[in-house]
Parts: sequence; structure tokens; C-alpha cells
Amino acid sequence: MAVLVYINSENGITKNAYEVVTYAKKLEEQVIVITTGPKDESSLSKLGEYGAKKILIDSSFSGKDSQQLTRIIGSAVESTNANTIVFSHDTVAKTIAPRLSVKLKAGLISGAIEIPNGDKIKVNVFSGKAFGNVKIYSEKRIISVLPNSIQPEKNQSNCIIEDFNGSAGDTRIKLIDTKKIEGDIPLPEAELVVSGGRGLKGPENWNIIEDLAKELGAATACSRPVSDIGWRPHNEHVGQTGIAIRPNLYIAAGISGAIQHLAGVNGSKTIVVINTDSEAPFFKAADYGIIGDAFEVLPRLTESIKKFKASN
Amino acid sequence: MKILVCISKSPDTTSKISFIDNNSKFNEEGVQYIVNPYDEWYALVRALELKEENGGSVSIITVGNSQDEAIMRKALAIGADNAIRIDTDPKDAYSVAMQISEYAKKNNFDMILTGKETINYNGSQVGGMIAEDMDLPFISLASKLEANGNTLKIESEDIGGIQVLEVNTPVVISCAKGMAEQRIPNMRGIMAARTKPLNIVPPIDVESLTKFESYNLPEAKSACKMINPENIDELVELLHNEAKVI
Repeated sequence: MAVLVYINSENGITKNAYEVVTYAKKLEEQVIVITTGPKDESSLSKLGEYGAKKILIDSSFSGKDSQQLTRIIGSAVESTNANTIVFSHDTVAKTIAPRLSVKLKAGLISGAIEIPNGDKIKVNVFSGKAFGNVKIYSEKRIISVLPNSIQPEKNQSNCIIEDFNGSAGDTRIKLIDTKKIEGDIPLPEAELVVSGGRGLKGPENWNIIEDLAKELGAATACSRPVSDIGWRPHNEHVGQTGIAIRPNLYIAAGISGAIQHLAGVNGSKTIVVINTDSEAPFFKAADYGIIGDAFEVLPRLTESIKKFKASN
Repeated sequence: MKILVCISKSPDTTSKISFIDNNSKFNEEGVQYIVNPYDEWYALVRALELKEENGGSVSIITVGNSQDEAIMRKALAIGADNAIRIDTDPKDAYSVAMQISEYAKKNNFDMILTGKETINYNGSQVGGMIAEDMDLPFISLASKLEANGNTLKIESEDIGGIQVLEVNTPVVISCAKGMAEQRIPNMRGIMAARTKPLNIVPPIDVESLTKFESYNLPEAKSACKMINPENIDELVELLHNEAKVI
């Protein structure tokens, strides 16, 4: 049996693509990729290094209609006879995977965080406060893998690239415009994140967050009150009602660490907390803590990182 | 415009999460249920604003047992006109979506709104499933929605940015932050909610495709290592050699 992996290669092949191909390879030997992105053979063939055996490209598709993408992936499932379909749990997958689940009557598991051991698949539930182990009872299954959960593993395969006509059909959604979010690194994909809270006292002080982020090559984020007062844009709000992230490093300055904030960041591998209040609940969830004033600590940390980079 | 807003109950955001029956069931003891924040703050409130601007009606629907009537009354107090409960315990996203879709097919809504996900299962599944079953366009993670007659202009999250889309009703939309601001029900709303209709609809026979077999809690974190603010180089050294993240 084959596993079909959908990869969004609109903006090139990212680390998430290697993660899902690695995941798929652990499920079945025969890993086939379907993509609608530009036919960039040299970057696509890199997926072969992680175990993909075949890459199908439907270059006819453009636009943003989830129904059309669902039709394309559906016909790829049919022609490859795949029994499992794997996505990266990103904004595109959140639109297509549920549609495909109904179309194929295939159980859908969203946000897998580990390679399955047996027939149960581990996912985050309660916004990262617990894990659930889910079983699919349908013949076909769909799994979307939470970004930054699986370590990509190389597994060289001979990989062929083929054109594919998935018959997207008509669209009812018109794309008017796309706006890139300011900042070089999109927050959901960032491996390093520097985040500020009310302790920073005002938007005019954000330069100390941005300086550190720039030095680290990190994305910037904020707590809910900060985006609610309008100091920072909504798309930077991490937490239970904003976005959930799981970077390798999360540095939080002037954020007390309410349970709702933790729900959005507790998947981070390492957490550094900087706060003047030694009783701030965030220290309980942190790996490293500094009791001190963000206005002094952050510039010092930026300098220290600069020094470290110069000597490494 | 006739709008249907799908709501789900979720534990209050401050709830302590634990499990019973050999870790197979969520421990509801002492848990206060609320309307899932994405459903309430973004989907329901934007639906009410659209009704205030353009006229029409806002219905809310949930799949659940009689205990869910508290969250339905809350949604009515915020301003929904009527409430529908499909009388069965939710089993999985697929079965819930099929129950709602069955009801929606018979009632000609212009718009079906959901929150972007629930804060308990975080699946982000029900909206897309309804759309596919009803053969409707689906736009997920919308942060802005303007209506001009039957034409909607929607901003939604895309990988690395925002996309601006145009679509005609009927349509299914999942709502994220930015759509609207939270509304606190006032006393008049709470009083009015008591007399608004609460329709109980029998479920259809539909199988579930997935099941949560068990749960577990994360392992306790080891104690936080405190670093002297006068010695920041030590932190950088630990991040490099111990945590290996830089």
C-alpha cells in the first residue's frame, strides 16, 4: 500500500515537507508526493533524500479553492491507490484535509506529534495541556502532522517526478490579493521566537525585542493583552485564543505566563523567561529563568548573542 | 442574510485538565463549561454584526445533550435569535459535521460559521467537513469578513501571510482572531434569552470514523534553572551547549 503526502510548495520546499515525508516513510515504504507548486525539479527531488519515491505535480492549479485542491488530491488517491494521506497541519491542510475526509469517508487525525507505534496516533489536546491517543476506524485514513514535531530523517530513494492531471474542476472562490506578513520569518514556522508582554510598558519599547530577534534570526510574538491593546498586530498573539507555536526556543520577556498563554507555547522545546516578579507563574513552565528587568536583560542578551556568534 | 453559527462547549480556559477511568475519559468534575471561545468571540459576534448591518437572522446550533443548554442560553443572551440542539452526544468531528450538515441542508442558510477550532480537541475539522458534504465553498481561518449583498470579501490566513478572497453565498467559513471583539451579554440579553426558542432536533444515524482511546498528561518539567541577570553569557552558553537550540 502507498502513502500519499500532500506538499504545498508554493513558497518552495520547507522543513515541514521533510518532516511529513519522514513521517510517511515510517508508515509505509511506498511514499508518493502530490503537489501543485511550481515545477522546480531540483528542490522537489530533494524529497527523495527523505524517502519519497514519486512526485506528482499538477501544474494546472492556481488559486486558493480548497474544493479544487481536494478534487486533485482525491484523484491522486484514486490513481495511486493510497490508503493513507499525510499532510502538514498548516493553514492549507486545515482547509483541505476535512473536505477530503468526507469525500473519501476516511477518518482524519489532526496534529499528530509522534511517529505512531501501533494503531494509535498521538495528538495534542486541550491546547497542549494533554495528549490524546486516537484510532481511525475507517479503511482509509488521513493524518496531519503538527509542524516541528518530527525530526526529518534522511532515507535515500530513487525519486521520479511525473506530471499529473487531477481535474480541479470549477472554482467559486476568487483570489483578490495576497499580503505577506511583515517580518522575515512567519511565526508558525519559526524555530526561534522572542516574545513580549505587558511588562514592556508600551509599543515604543519593542525595539529591544526586535533587536534580540534580529540577532538570533528569530520571529517576534506577543501575549494577548499586548495585541488586544493594539501594541502589536493580532497575528503575533500566541496563546489559547491566538496561535499555538512549538519553536525550539521561546524567549518570553515581561509575560507572567497565565495558563491561556502557556497553552499556546507549551510545545516549545526550550523556554526562557525574563520577569521582574520572581512569583510569575511562567517560571514553573520555563527551562531557564532570569529575575530581572527586561529593559536591562534583553539588550545584554542581544550583546551576548552577538559576542557568541562572533566567536563561533 | 440567514446565518447559522456552530457552537461547541469547551472547558473554561483556566480548567485543570485530568482524566479518569484508566485515562480513557476526561474528568469533568469541577469543570466549568463555556462556549468555545473561537465560536463565541469570533463566529457568533461577527454573525450578529452582519445581521445588525444587513438584517436577517442568526441561529446557533450544537450537537450535544441537555447539559449543553447552558452554553446555548449564553449564545442567545449575546444576541442569537434561536438555538438548535441535535440531541446526541458528539462522537467525533465527522459525525458532528454530518449531523449539522443534515440540518443545514433543509434550512437554506446563506452562511455557516464555525470557530477555527475548539480549545479542547483543536482539530479544525468540522467546518470543512460540512462544506464538503453540502458541496459548498469553504474558507478557513478568516480574520475579516465584509458582505456586499451576496458577495463576501474575506481575509484569511495563508502560509506566511494573508489572502483576500471573494466568494458568493452560500458558503462555510471558519473564524479566527480579528473577525470581531468579544461581547459581554447585558441583563436585557440574558432576560430575553430565557424566552427565545430552543429547538431540539433528533439525530440522524451516522457512524464515527475516529475515537480517542486514551489520554495522558505531559511529564512534569524539571525545575527551572535560574540565571543571574549579571551573567547573561551563562544563559547563552547553556542555550548552546545544554539545550542545543542556538
